[in-house]
Amino acid sequence: MSAGLPVKSAPDQARSRTFGPLYSRNARAVISRGLLATRSTNWLVMLSGFFEPVLFLISMGVGLGAIVGSVQGPGGGEISYAAYIAPALLAVSAMNGAVYDSTWNVFFKMNFAKLYQGMLYTSLGPLDVALGEIFLALLRGLLYAMGFTAVMGVMGLITTPWALLMVPASVLIAFGFASIGMGITSFLKTFQQMDWVNFVMLPMFLFSATFYPLSVYPQPIQWLIQAMPLWHGVELLRQISVGAFTAATPVHIGHYLVMTAAGMLLTTLRLRQLFLK
Amino acid sequence: MTDGTAREALRAHSPDIAAARARRWGAFYYAEQVLRVMKGYGWSIIMYSVGHPVAYLFAMGVGLATLVDAQGAEAFGGVGYVTFVGPALLVSASVMTATNEFTFPVMDGFKWRRTYYGPHASPLTPQQIAAGHIMAVTLRLLLQSAVYFAAVVLFGAAPGGWGWATILVATLAGLSFGLPLMAYSASITEDKGQFALVMRFIVMPLFLFSGTFFPLDSLPLAVRWVGWISPIWHGTELGRVFSYGYQQPPLLTVLHAVVLVALAVLGWFLTRRQFAARMGK
Amino acid sequence: MEVPFHLPAGSTSLRRVHNKATMSSGATGAVQPADEPPTEARPTVITAENLTKTYGDVAAVDGISFSVPAGESFGLLGPNGAGKSTTMKMIGGVTRRTSGALHIMGLDPDSHGPEVRAHLGVVPQQDNLDEELRVRDNLLVYGRYFGLPMSYLKPKADELLEFAQLTDKAKSKVDALSGGMKRRLTIARSLINEPRILLLDEPTTGLDPQARHILWDRLFRLKEQGVTLILTTHYMDEAEQLCDRLIVVDKGRIMAEGSPAQLIREHSTREVVELRFGSERNTTIASELQGIGERLEVLPDRVLIYAHDGESALEQVASRGLRPLTSLVRRSSLEDVFLRLTGRSLVD
Ligand SMILES: Nc1ncnc2c1ncn2[C@@H]1O[C@H](COP(=O)(O)OP(=O)(O)OP(=O)(O)O)[C@@H](O)[C@H]1O
Ligand SMILES: [Mg+2]
Repeated sequence: MSAGLPVKSAPDQARSRTFGPLYSRNARAVISRGLLATRSTNWLVMLSGFFEPVLFLISMGVGLGAIVGSVQGPGGGEISYAAYIAPALLAVSAMNGAVYDSTWNVFFKMNFAKLYQGMLYTSLGPLDVALGEIFLALLRGLLYAMGFTAVMGVMGLITTPWALLMVPASVLIAFGFASIGMGITSFLKTFQQMDWVNFVMLPMFLFSATFYPLSVYPQPIQWLIQAMPLWHGVELLRQISVGAFTAATPVHIGHYLVMTAAGMLLTTLRLRQLFLK
Repeated sequence: MTDGTAREALRAHSPDIAAARARRWGAFYYAEQVLRVMKGYGWSIIMYSVGHPVAYLFAMGVGLATLVDAQGAEAFGGVGYVTFVGPALLVSASVMTATNEFTFPVMDGFKWRRTYYGPHASPLTPQQIAAGHIMAVTLRLLLQSAVYFAAVVLFGAAPGGWGWATILVATLAGLSFGLPLMAYSASITEDKGQFALVMRFIVMPLFLFSGTFFPLDSLPLAVRWVGWISPIWHGTELGRVFSYGYQQPPLLTVLHAVVLVALAVLGWFLTRRQFAARMGK
Repeated sequence: MEVPFHLPAGSTSLRRVHNKATMSSGATGAVQPADEPPTEARPTVITAENLTKTYGDVAAVDGISFSVPAGESFGLLGPNGAGKSTTMKMIGGVTRRTSGALHIMGLDPDSHGPEVRAHLGVVPQQDNLDEELRVRDNLLVYGRYFGLPMSYLKPKADELLEFAQLTDKAKSKVDALSGGMKRRLTIARSLINEPRILLLDEPTTGLDPQARHILWDRLFRLKEQGVTLILTTHYMDEAEQLCDRLIVVDKGRIMAEGSPAQLIREHSTREVVELRFGSERNTTIASELQGIGERLEVLPDRVLIYAHDGESALEQVASRGLRPLTSLVRRSSLEDVFLRLTGRSLVD
């Protein structure tokens, strides 16, 4: 053993670095652990996350689309019902994945798998863990978004090159939700409280102009929906999918930039509550 | 630790009495235990039972309906869209709840926290433990479906006088999907994320391709078979008959009921067998 | 026979374990082993002043103060719920203290968590291995958390697997290990960064006797290299053998502090007479034993008489016409100190 060596051994070097109270600039280690862990996860389970929005698209787009016919798209032109809901489903899937990864997943690894307890007994700080986990969630979101966009292409729902920008845009959406989600998880203590997350998600999914235009609602309800983050994501992706941009486009993007920044701030402020009890 | 000498005045009844009572009421004792556990998340159950129907009926029956009803009601057999989706949502919700209650808690019982093995060390038999679990979940399905039906009525989506029967249909549909699933859950020895696969590759497709949001006929023939084998479709069609007098050949109505009962009975037998085999090991 | 921890040839330290054991289990003879430098000469690595942690209304740790010099092996004893693990977690900076001061290598773990933990190796009470990774990957990945390079980690991981006798399990899933093997892996993991301070929360719980001895040997050798050990245990023999100094904690407060021998001297008599009268009679007979020895303790299953001379105490019992079912005279041990200080049913 080399612990007593006077020259700087690897452990000595690792020990003599200096950091802030929360961050040891080593989120990389958390990321590489996550990638290594995917080796042992069931690949079918990974894949299944991608199938969910695709199934919705086929069912609602084809089945219901046969009855509804075409609807008015963002640019004012008529588009098929499938083309109308596809970007919305992508936004929903970005939201679901990010929220799942930053709430349930974090909660489980914290309280049941005791994974973070192990990590936090090392020189990692809580911010390393948070950044690593968010990065992994976004990576997965990126893969799903590419897959879904490809399916849209195969179904003939992509008519403009602009549509490829849906991929980075949905990563942005996921970033917004993941950073807020992790901050919120720091307030939750039991599984029952975790259920509340679902109670917020379900109406957001159903009401955010996913399956039908906002115009079916009376004006005050429209304002309410427009205040919900998912609606901005749905609108943004819908505009991108047909390449029809308006003055609202930067507002949608800005909404997510602010949400990400606010979420990261909240998460950082709450890191001690989240990881150090 | 302290010693329990103070409590000695109270005496347990004799082993013979314990065995006789367990033989007779064992399943109920275990059902009571499961219900007590459910009480722990009772608030979530209530929120879900009320929130889910209100949110779905509003989004689909009111929101989506504006888009759909504009195309004329003939696609939905002459009734409004909310009336059309009402029984379908009711049945689907029951199947989803059954899926939740017959997967993770069963795995918990055998593997994670091994909650089945506590009672197994008492005079209860594995079959009684299975039966007790099923009874408790059935009660939950009945209550949840009753609340759901009340919401359907409030949305004016159950015009017929037989609508209340959809509560029973939904519960039956839940069991007809849930019990075979329970037998499968009881057979899993290693957690490889099977339940996530069941949710996404079985429950979700059944939910989406069972004539829930649109008549099965509007799907291409290539995927219509999903509906035919789906307990959700059989339950939904049956529910529609009761709820708004949906017209179909009487033979078909009987067939739906027979399929649901047959699946539930089959699942019940498989579950009993699986429980006995696994706990006997 | 499987030897769970690898024992290197020519190790002399085990002999020291046994020497020390015989020395300290005698009530009178124990002194600090001669080869250890006096504690004052060494720099202090951990200081805690009025350390407090409350969960809601419950004070898990209620104002404890202690300091640990480098290279010392320092024990925390106490009944379940005394606050030992909570103290360990605060030292590791994974639980924030409610009040009080705490410094590890001069640093406050609340403001310098990563730096503090860079010096630590931790064996928590409950294993928290990465169940999604294989055995060897657990060590490698854990080392990465310290920012250690792979060139260092790979041979180190193999050495530690060898030490934990898990070499042939290197590629197994953690799930497939037995309880004791998981414990051994957790212990091996705590050594991956060659820590200067080891926090061991009931490290030997669940280990078989061989594994326990081999761990003790390793701990002694680490101590020789100047590693500081902070240890909790419910095995009094382990505490007597491993700890230079210990504190007995109860309800979050320090009840006593000193070397095992000191504690035995101060809080117990030289010998103890154990009497069993049958469960019904132990309590009722206690009054008839009053006056024998220096102190009487009634446990659920037996009565203990603390006396300087056990044999004569036993004769007094017989002369009062009392006939115990069994009787035993023995030297006092740390267990007696523990029962005395934290017992709930004392009859003084
Ligand atoms: N996360 C927590 N929330 C609330 N109370 C806690 C928490 N952790 C510990 N406690 C309480 O703090 C007290 C001390 O617990 P701690 O785990 O430190 O005991 P311990 O001395 O390690 O006991 P043991 O010998 O059983 O391991 C106990 O009363 C326990 O109930
Ligand atoms: Mg403890």
